[in-house]
Amino acid sequence: MAKDTQTPEVIFEAEDLCISAVREDSTDLPIVKDVSFQVHKGEVVALIGESGSGKTTISLSALGYCKPGLTFASGEARLLGRNIAGLSTDELRPSRGINVAYLAQSAAATFNPSIRINEQVTEAPVLHGTKTQEEANKKALDLYRALDLPDPETIGARYPHQVSGGQLQRLMAAMALCGDPDLLVLDEPTTALDVTTQIEVLKAFKKVIKDEGAAAIYVTHDLAVVAQIADYIVVLYNGEVKEAGPTDVIINAPQHPYTKRLMAAINPLPEESDAVEPHGHAAAIEVRNMDAGYGRLSNGEPAAMILRDINVTIPKRKTIGVIGESGCGKSTLARVMAGLLPQHSGEVLLDGVALSPRLEDRRKEELRKVQFVYQMADTALNPRQRIKDILGRPLTFYHSLRGKARTKRVLELLEMVELPPPFADRYPHELSGGQKQRVNLARALAAEPEVVLCDEVTSALDTIVAANVIDLLTRLQDETGVSFVFISHDLSTVASFSDEVVVLYAGRVAEIGKVSEILSPPFHPYTRLLISSVPEPRIGWLEETTESQAQKAGLASGVELRKTGCPFVSRCPVAIQGTCDTIDPPKQHGTDGHRIECHRPLDELM
Amino acid sequence: MLSLILKRLGIGVITVLAVSVIIFFGTKILPGDAAQIRLGQEATEANVAAMRERLGLDKSYLQQYLTWLGNFVRGDLGVSLASDTPIMNLISDRYQNTLYVAVLTAAIGVPISLTLGILAAMFPGTLYDRILTFVSVSLVAAPEFFTATILVLLMVFVLGIGNAVVVGSADGKNIFQLIAHFALPITTLSFVIASQLIRMSRAAVLNVMSSPYIEMAILKGVPRRRIILRHALLNAIGPIVNVVALNLAYLVTGVVVVEVYFGYPGLATLIVQAVQTRDFVLIQGLGMIFCMTYVLLMLIADIAAITSNPRLRHPK
Repeated sequence: MAKDTQTPEVIFEAEDLCISAVREDSTDLPIVKDVSFQVHKGEVVALIGESGSGKTTISLSALGYCKPGLTFASGEARLLGRNIAGLSTDELRPSRGINVAYLAQSAAATFNPSIRINEQVTEAPVLHGTKTQEEANKKALDLYRALDLPDPETIGARYPHQVSGGQLQRLMAAMALCGDPDLLVLDEPTTALDVTTQIEVLKAFKKVIKDEGAAAIYVTHDLAVVAQIADYIVVLYNGEVKEAGPTDVIINAPQHPYTKRLMAAINPLPEESDAVEPHGHAAAIEVRNMDAGYGRLSNGEPAAMILRDINVTIPKRKTIGVIGESGCGKSTLARVMAGLLPQHSGEVLLDGVALSPRLEDRRKEELRKVQFVYQMADTALNPRQRIKDILGRPLTFYHSLRGKARTKRVLELLEMVELPPPFADRYPHELSGGQKQRVNLARALAAEPEVVLCDEVTSALDTIVAANVIDLLTRLQDETGVSFVFISHDLSTVASFSDEVVVLYAGRVAEIGKVSEILSPPFHPYTRLLISSVPEPRIGWLEETTESQAQKAGLASGVELRKTGCPFVSRCPVAIQGTCDTIDPPKQHGTDGHRIECHRPLDELM
Repeated sequence: MLSLILKRLGIGVITVLAVSVIIFFGTKILPGDAAQIRLGQEATEANVAAMRERLGLDKSYLQQYLTWLGNFVRGDLGVSLASDTPIMNLISDRYQNTLYVAVLTAAIGVPISLTLGILAAMFPGTLYDRILTFVSVSLVAAPEFFTATILVLLMVFVLGIGNAVVVGSADGKNIFQLIAHFALPITTLSFVIASQLIRMSRAAVLNVMSSPYIEMAILKGVPRRRIILRHALLNAIGPIVNVVALNLAYLVTGVVVVEVYFGYPGLATLIVQAVQTRDFVLIQGLGMIFCMTYVLLMLIADIAAITSNPRLRHPK
């Protein structure tokens, strides 16, 4: 980098920084309180905390930027020795994109959908006059190559919607680095990605930050990710610094109780347990030979066939985890069980009786027994209804409860999900994310169902809040005897409390079995990839895991649906050409209901 | 993308056909008989019957409809009941007047309005923005004849420019003479469409301005002008062209008050006359022309929106 000779040792320094929200009555509400830290040349500093901890707000101060409604109250934010807190946009413009660059959480929202990628990547240096268009193009091309992007020569000519999510996330890194910034600000850049994609993006980020010699502020709530990439960690809670120190100290010997709780909330994959449970539970829901897809029928099949040949049993009083990357058909499976999407063929049985494919044809009693809980409690709860109305509606509909009896039951439900009675009179927007998810859950339980389909219910929650919701689910199962179908892309969460796990890949069941069977050999090659992709809060994990064969294969391509053969063939390190891509994989049965769909014999999958 | 446009075109044709059914059978429901109207009150029963046969009114409604539609497609709109002249002749002069006013208003009013609206979006909350918002809201509230009266008062009686009515024929005039000829109607209509265009273009651009990619552009140090012109405007084209198209359709079909006020014959006054004289044939012909104007303008707006959206232009 050309600028190396002049850059000072301290790239960015926050000193007693305070940022406030301006309320409508023009009083200040402090958001960030007396935060101080330094970022040195070539160093990656992580800001870690839950949502509401002020980590994003602090990171944006490095660009002299406050989100609308916020203002710098006091203290200094010094970029390359100059205090940039409170400067005007015009004064800051020369620094932005050149001295300091920003990477946002969602690349899909951050790229302008109407402008070709290369123009957006090269825009900052060209506009600032630090590079000509040719120089910027060359730099961009180098970065595309360094970031392992496919077709580096031509990818810039595409529009953002024409590349995948993981690629766009890396292209955003190219956009940030194109101006040779001294400081990068990365705001949760891998949170929205699948585990397998997260690894490739993390690896690319780490390499590029090192090669370019830039300093970085890395904002995240995930300690396991931080352990891979940061040199120094600042733990934030409620706008204050709780603990700060070098990564190995924070990870291995956390001092502050809050940091300890953050560490405890990371679910390591459970050790293989030997607890043998009695088999032969009655099935609540059974899915047999089911195919399902979307779109009009053509050649006797839906235009987009998502699920093929699904056989899954949900036993009573058990939790079944469904896991797979986005696009594998997890939600589609839940929608078929709920009747929201009629299956194309095969059947869904409830208590041994076949259910009508269409929701409209199901009886009220059948509807009551299968309930759905959505990922986004924000959109699933009507913002204009009080909690008592939200919970009361299913009580009236399914159980004909009215008046006092209904009110009493609403309060019982609130108690079940550990919310105090006064919440009955509140509106959803007066609740926090975790509380809303509890209401969402209580609404499903109001029907007194046999099966609750939970679609990514903890994915939008912070680690600690998510862990509390999981504890709640476990308790509710003991109390009510309900079965859960727990859909998630997060293997460690699923494994931590499910009884059985279904591994879906591109619409097929790759592997199914008890948690202990899934986590121990023999593995389906895709299960192996997933397990090795779960970040561990351990320094050096990223390097070790990306060297493994399973990972190298996993990085090769994305999820593709296939009509025949095993859909994992294009990423599988042990694929047999001529067999795996043409013949549907056979179902191989292991011990205790364990099943792997693979052409390789089980003893080769150890 | 081509299939998408062809689909829109197909929907347009279906819309026109559906409207033709409504127009035709709608006028049939109305009381009165074309043969009777044509011959007057004193006609004998036998004369009326003969006329009915001549006009094809004795055939079934379906046959009448198909004949009428077939003639329409070939450009034959029939003969006016009131004046016994071909509808085409009645319309052609009027259409010219209407078209001149619509095109000139669009050419002058639309660019000015959009510029004002986008400028307001660039500096939201400033004095300029608030004054513009106030003026455009007032204009929305003011009826056309009120705006026209104020303009006439100001221009003709205070400043002494131009005529309070449109005098003479537009034939043989060049573009500047035409602008002078229709100066007052054009100005009045520009004010009418400006209020909506300003508010919608401001809202469309502001909506885009709150999206994350604009925040990203700010954090990349992109100057404000370029943010608006390169980053925001491209994504606001879809909603803006739709409002423009709706306003252009209004200029062709809905300017009765302005035509009457300034005393120049256009299509909008013609349909009022047709209703007054119960000239069913003329109503049918004009109805179809108005419908096709709408469909055509909406089609152009859709195509513009599709071509400005790379997701539709370059599917995965």
